[in-house]
Amino acid sequence: MTPFTRLLSGCAVLCAVTVASADIVAPGDVKIENLSIGSSLSGQPGDAATGRKVFADKKLGNCLACHVNSDMPEQLFHGEIGPALDGVASRWTPEQLRTIVANSKAVFTDNSIMPRFYSLDVGENVRKDLVGKTILSAQQVEDVVAYLATLK
Amino acid sequence: MNRKLLTVLLGATGLCSMISWVAFADPSEGPLFIDGEIEMITRAPSAEGHPLPEVISGWHYRTQSTQALEADSFENPGMLAVEVGESLWNTVEGTEGKSCASCHDDAAESMSAVGASYPKWDAASGKPINVEQRINMCRVDNMGAEAYPFDKGGQKPLTAYIKHQALGKPVSLDLQQGEMQQWWERGKEMYYKRTGQLDLSCATCHENNNGKYIRADHLSQGNVNGFPTYRLKQSALVSLHNRFRGCIRDTRAEFPAAFSDELMALEVYTTWRSQGLSVETPAVRQ
Ligand code: HEC
Ligand code: HEC
Repeated sequence: MTPFTRLLSGCAVLCAVTVASADIVAPGDVKIENLSIGSSLSGQPGDAATGRKVFADKKLGNCLACHVNSDMPEQLFHGEIGPALDGVASRWTPEQLRTIVANSKAVFTDNSIMPRFYSLDVGENVRKDLVGKTILSAQQVEDVVAYLATLK
Repeated sequence: MNRKLLTVLLGATGLCSMISWVAFADPSEGPLFIDGEIEMITRAPSAEGHPLPEVISGWHYRTQSTQALEADSFENPGMLAVEVGESLWNTVEGTEGKSCASCHDDAAESMSAVGASYPKWDAASGKPINVEQRINMCRVDNMGAEAYPFDKGGQKPLTAYIKHQALGKPVSLDLQQGEMQQWWERGKEMYYKRTGQLDLSCATCHENNNGKYIRADHLSQGNVNGFPTYRLKQSALVSLHNRFRGCIRDTRAEFPAAFSDELMALEVYTTWRSQGLSVETPAVRQ
């Protein structure tokens, strides 16, 4: 590689990163209308198979802590704090599901126990290494929403 | 029915409908007798102003096998720590050549009410103190020994031994002492304050959702009458402030230091919420 082409490919990487992050909606810029978030938070479509993993992962969505989901019989314990998510895609549109996951309290009440997964409006004394960070990334929210959309 | 057994049954019959778990989530029936003799009050009418209609011991939310461990003092692994505590009670330490027993004689008599009536107001420091701190005051002021660091040395076993002397006595708190009422208010604020990235308070789990499963854990009312508690998950005695810190940490928040004003206020408030339940120290929990 000549110094010139190296410069070029470096630029290509940089530009790609800039383009991708320009499409990501920052947590503070998320627009909610009629309980809906109209377009992808990451600028990319979600992947249902990845979303299914994020949903079950205790360190990520940990959605099973609170929700029964019959689509996951391989997981031993399902919590029962929230409603069962069976058939949830026939109760809510994908745009509404995006709001529920990103900012549950905008759909339910401020008192809801369900965390906001893509918001910086969280509790007090957040653990130092998590300050300014959302529970899920924009893409992970999209993946979970794509997965929820399969639960008809 | 035992949850494990239930899962096995569901698996065996191929009846994997998750919904049927819900029916078994209610707190179990009692009563709890320790060694078939000492009856524990595990359900009590709540104090005036208490948000819940009835106060229920964490014992009711545990599996049958865990419940059985607590009911038999030979089986209860926490009783080993109580025995260690007994020997510490009689051990001379420090420059004054004294043990706890030198001043307090027989713990069965002198300590019979302590476990049911702390935290108490300490006029000298102008704060409420718990049994752990009372032990440290005695060690420093009366024995010429060093204070135990949090959860270290003999702190957990000696606290367990002292509280165990009140086994069966109902928890009761005197809020008329000193400024206890203000500390109660402060503790109440902490109880309802949502913390951490997960934005949860003590109340979201233990007041609004007790009786339900959060993943594999059956949420209780978060009462404090069994501490220090033997936790099977950790195979160890767990102090109250350690439990507080663990629950706060689970909300993904920074947690206050043990015996800090914040956690002492929380101890005052949660002890008030637990009033009427028998001291179960050392309780057995998952
Ligand atoms: C700590 C508890 C908790 C966690 C964790 C949680 N939820 Fe929820 N969820 C609730 C509750 C409770 C409700 C019902 C609304 C309410 O009462 O606030 C709810 C409602 C919902 C609904 C609407 C259900 C319906 O039938 O109308 C969806 C969809 C949902 N949650 C998805 C998720 C997903 C996806 C995750 C993980 C990324 C998740 N939840 C994590 C507690 C939780
Ligand atoms: C995310 C949910 C959650 C939150 C928030 C939470 N806890 Fe807990 N807590 C648990 C679970 C799960 C257990 C173990 C099962 C049980 O006993 O409820 C537990 C147990 C306890 C126990 C032991 C009860 C016993 O009988 O041994 C106490 C005391 C307690 N919590 C107090 C608190 C206090 C005080 C707060 C707030 C600072 C708090 N918890 C916040 C989930 C939570």
